[in-house]
Amino acid sequence: MHHRKAVAAMTDIMAKFTDYVGKHLPDDILAKLRQLRSDENSQLAKVVYDSMFDNLAKADELNRPSCQDTGVIQFFLKAGADFPLLSEIRTILDEAVRTATRTAPLRHNAVQIFEEKNTGDNTGERIPWIDWDIVPNDSGITLEVYMAGGGCSLPGQGKTLMPAAGYEGVTRFVFDVMTSYGVNACPPLLVGVGIGGSIEVAANLSKKALFRPIGSRHADPRGAEMEQLIEKGLNEIGIGPQGLSGKNSVMGVHIESAARHPSTISVAISVGCWAHRRGTIRFNEDLSYEVLSHKGVML
Amino acid sequence: MKIILKTPIRDEDVEQLTVGDIIYLDGSLITCRDMGHRRLIDLGIMLPVALNGMAILHAGPIVAKEGDSWKMVSIGPTTSMRMEVHEKEFIKQTGVKLIIGKGGMGPETVEGCAKHKAVHAVFPGGCAVLAATGVEEIEKVEWLDLGMPEALWVSRVKNFGPLIISIDTKGNNLFEANKKTFNQKKASVVEEISKQLKFIK
Repeated sequence: MHHRKAVAAMTDIMAKFTDYVGKHLPDDILAKLRQLRSDENSQLAKVVYDSMFDNLAKADELNRPSCQDTGVIQFFLKAGADFPLLSEIRTILDEAVRTATRTAPLRHNAVQIFEEKNTGDNTGERIPWIDWDIVPNDSGITLEVYMAGGGCSLPGQGKTLMPAAGYEGVTRFVFDVMTSYGVNACPPLLVGVGIGGSIEVAANLSKKALFRPIGSRHADPRGAEMEQLIEKGLNEIGIGPQGLSGKNSVMGVHIESAARHPSTISVAISVGCWAHRRGTIRFNEDLSYEVLSHKGVML
Repeated sequence: MKIILKTPIRDEDVEQLTVGDIIYLDGSLITCRDMGHRRLIDLGIMLPVALNGMAILHAGPIVAKEGDSWKMVSIGPTTSMRMEVHEKEFIKQTGVKLIIGKGGMGPETVEGCAKHKAVHAVFPGGCAVLAATGVEEIEKVEWLDLGMPEALWVSRVKNFGPLIISIDTKGNNLFEANKKTFNQKKASVVEEISKQLKFIK
């Protein structure tokens, strides 16, 4: 394919995918929400879950973004070092976001720092945000499209602890955030926890934890156990849908980690609201693609 | 029995409500969030819409222009707590009776609601298309200079809900009560988990 044509083709697919992700939840999130819904028996919890599923059906039927807050669009890439369009990715994703903003339509959410003006097309300084992981000896690219509303971005916090605080301190931090800020962030939440040696490492990992499929576990058995313990503990607290109390609190807890400095243990938390608008798409070198998050979808 | 409030809302309409009640709204609904509150309270700029007896929604919608008119595409509630710093004074100055948003609000709003007879209710967050289908028509927009999310969108709504009362006129605050329960349970849960996480030895 001619280079310019290839850029146009990928831009078109990414615009359509971004539009789609704002209107349809991924398969694993839907399955989890159905399960959580069936556990509830109080009137308030039931009326909220009914509204959520009614809303998803209407979003699909009317072809509209399921939540009005379509976020500041973020892309998390696992880019093959040999993918032919690496140099054009910024141009492609900027244009895809502008197009999806018109077609979906998406809410205008990019406010320039200092100038304090909304740009009106969801692009701005460093926005859409692009996070790069380069994968050696790979000629394809996998992109996560993520729309986090302001509500579920507000609980995002991090703290660098002293090692004496231990993993116990990490746990306490997660619970403190969840029972304060988490209540207003549209639960049941997906909880991402990053653990490392400095704050930006922990913060970045906490966000990436939100892209793991629900039900997946940390590779280290102790990490997996910690995920399950925190998940079970949070559910015992019974925050319920929208913080109105119920049988559960979260859709899941995912921990991502990086080796730490001997003198520090940093923890950060990012949460995804129940309307976790995450989409995963994989392109091959010839731009044939597969949507991994929403099975069977063609754009 | 289904409770439906109609604008203009009277004091006695909201006085009969208690936290946890589920209600619906017919009539006028005006979006008003961070900047609408900031302009009136901090900057002293008069609101271009009379809110006495009316309902406001903490929300920044997606709207589409269709010819000369506007269509409501998606309009879910935003986090109400951001308006806590202004809400008590806002209720006093405007006479608004029903404040709809997401999540709870704080002690200042509770005081304002008790004193000036108003309630706060939550619409389930993230249910923006459901909410948009409750909007019959956008009657007008004011302060569009603030951008789409912050402008005041004046809508006529029918059967708009479910709205769950979170602060009533009697000083009750559903979310604060819930948070107390959550925090009470938290201490023992964290202690129990911590016993199993002594990885640093």
